[in-house]
Amino acid sequence: MKILVAVKRVVDYNVRIRVKADQTGVETANVKMSMNPFDEIALEEAVRIKEAGKADEVVVVSIGPSQAQETIRTGLAMGGDRGILVEADPDLEPLTVAKLLKAVVEKESPDLLILGKQAIDDDSNQTGQMLGELLGWPQGTFASKVELGDSEVSVTREIDGGAETLALNMPAVITTDLRLNEPRYAKLPNIMKAKKKPLDTLTPGDLGVDTAHRLKVVKVEEPPKRKGGAKVGSVQELVEKLRNEAKVI
Amino acid sequence: MIRDQETLNQLVDTISRFVRERLVPAEEKVAEDDAIPEDILQEMKDMGLFGLSIPEEYGGLGLTMEEEALVAFEIGKTSPAFRSIFGTNNGIGAQGILIDGTEEQKQKYVPKLATGEILSSFCLTEPDAGSDAASLKTRAERDGDHYILNGTKRFITNGPHAGLYTVMARTDPNNKGAGGISAFVVEGDTPGLIRGKRDKKMGQKGAHTCDIIFDNCRVPAENIIGGKEGQGFKTAMKVLDRGRLHISAVCVGVAERLIEDALHFAMERKQFGQPIAEHQLVQAMLADSKAEAYAGRSMVLDAARRKDAGENVSTLASCCKLFCAEMVGKVADRAVQIHGGSGYIQEYAVERFYRDVRLFRLYEGTTQIQQIVVARGMVREAQS
Ligand SMILES: Cc1cc2nc3c(=O)[nH]c(=O)nc-3n(C[C@H](O)[C@H](O)[C@H](O)COP(=O)(O)OP(=O)(O)OC[C@H]3O[C@@H](n4cnc5c(N)ncnc54)[C@H](O)[C@@H]3O)c2cc1C
Repeated sequence: MKILVAVKRVVDYNVRIRVKADQTGVETANVKMSMNPFDEIALEEAVRIKEAGKADEVVVVSIGPSQAQETIRTGLAMGGDRGILVEADPDLEPLTVAKLLKAVVEKESPDLLILGKQAIDDDSNQTGQMLGELLGWPQGTFASKVELGDSEVSVTREIDGGAETLALNMPAVITTDLRLNEPRYAKLPNIMKAKKKPLDTLTPGDLGVDTAHRLKVVKVEEPPKRKGGAKVGSVQELVEKLRNEAKVI
Repeated sequence: MIRDQETLNQLVDTISRFVRERLVPAEEKVAEDDAIPEDILQEMKDMGLFGLSIPEEYGGLGLTMEEEALVAFEIGKTSPAFRSIFGTNNGIGAQGILIDGTEEQKQKYVPKLATGEILSSFCLTEPDAGSDAASLKTRAERDGDHYILNGTKRFITNGPHAGLYTVMARTDPNNKGAGGISAFVVEGDTPGLIRGKRDKKMGQKGAHTCDIIFDNCRVPAENIIGGKEGQGFKTAMKVLDRGRLHISAVCVGVAERLIEDALHFAMERKQFGQPIAEHQLVQAMLADSKAEAYAGRSMVLDAARRKDAGENVSTLASCCKLFCAEMVGKVADRAVQIHGGSGYIQEYAVERFYRDVRLFRLYEGTTQIQQIVVARGMVREAQS
């Protein structure tokens, strides 16, 4: 069995995001970049499935600039077997990414596809769903538990007010939620060895996908600054302020 | 000489993240319990932290000195107690065997040190032999194909937990100086090796030292490091020489952490209507600390690169240990000062670090001993 995991290179979650002066996007020059945290969870799940003897190969795919190789190497250090980089613009739209991934899937024929539920840069939360649709594969999104059967995979999903468990026929698409697992720290010797694992590079042209933008970013802005809070002396005062100052009750 | 920038970045990033996410949050607990939690210890072993400086053919990472320094900068950013537990396997506990040991000795012991399966210690200091280590009294007397060790070693880091000890002992009673000393590897379960009571230390809680007492302890003759008598003091000095740059780098890392804490506090704390970071006298403390830590970082990297290029850096390494250990002491002192009364209260990490860093000026050669090494090196060079 083969598992394909898609990973994205995003601004590290510890970095304070700054909007570019011309409001066209977010500053990424000289900013620390890392693997999208949800994708780390996806990869961890794939590696655990392999370690449990239920998969033979974990392929790590990234779509992005040439530096996304580093993100793939991180994935290989965590336990991926080989990497594929589709070298393209860093700001492709979810539908384009889904089309590119579909083309990779058609080349690789994996039995299972695991993605993060969203990337922390634009929080789109679309790629996995679009990919499932394009491939015509069943999808289990927001997974908090994944159990592999012979030809089925059971996925417990986080939904409003509880959990829902689905049985999907394989091949299938899974997107991961935060509680699925806690990703490991790569072992240092494996980081050294990751360099020797195979990593192929493709272009959108190789895959026959048109990457033209269909959406236009109008403006990116900082959220409004939060004003300082105030302490109230009593419940009465709180109610009074909520009613007369904040006018919310 | 860094071998591959991309791999190194990943290595440093992974360690930095592990320090920030796993070790920093556990600092207080480690200090309170005077112990490193079992799960964290296991994670450190799994990651490979016990074999940073051990060559790849023995299961380690074989980092260059520059790479090791960059890693130590990151490890410095949390309690030195964490580093102490894997510090001996990378440093004084393993290097004797690595530098001067026979191939059999390396094959037998080093792979287990690289994985952290066993911890190691370095036994040089004695009750009556500290800075003047060459005057040590522990005896090793030949008896057939064994040596019999008798004597007491003091303040031995990881002594309570180690499974392997590098022990400097006098094999030639007629030679009272360095030439009469040999180095041995002694396994932890050898009868006659007795671990003393744990020392109650000023700081670095979670890292442990104790006396190691040898009472008619029979050690196989093949355990003499390098297979030759009389080489032990030279071995010990080579081991300490190598460790100086590592300790210096840790001092830089701790200083950077303290500066970060102090800056953060100074920007939040308001007095006289403004953040104290706006007061010039507080700014002076911040600026002096920053400049000194930067000087430390630069000199450690320079010396490390020279070492990797094959230069003899003995004098420079002592310069680094001398400067960086004193520097982190000053930085810690200012960090407490910037915190005001809060800096004296355990709720803030600077109170703990202030005690932790005091050790750096004392062990692996006191500041005064480094001064002597540097000055002697200068004179020797001028004479040659
Ligand atoms: C927590 C801890 C861990 C340690 N771990 C280890 C370990 O793992 N293995 C090990 O072997 N040892 C270890 N040591 C011992 C340490 O290396 C010694 O304490 C150190 O070398 C100083 O020796 P001393 O304590 O005997 O002090 P002394 O040598 O008695 O020095 C006392 C003072 O005199 C000064 N002095 C001494 N000689 C001179 C001189 N010629 N000129 C000017 N000043 C001088 C010193 O600088 C110092 O200020 C450890 C110590 C501590 C506290």
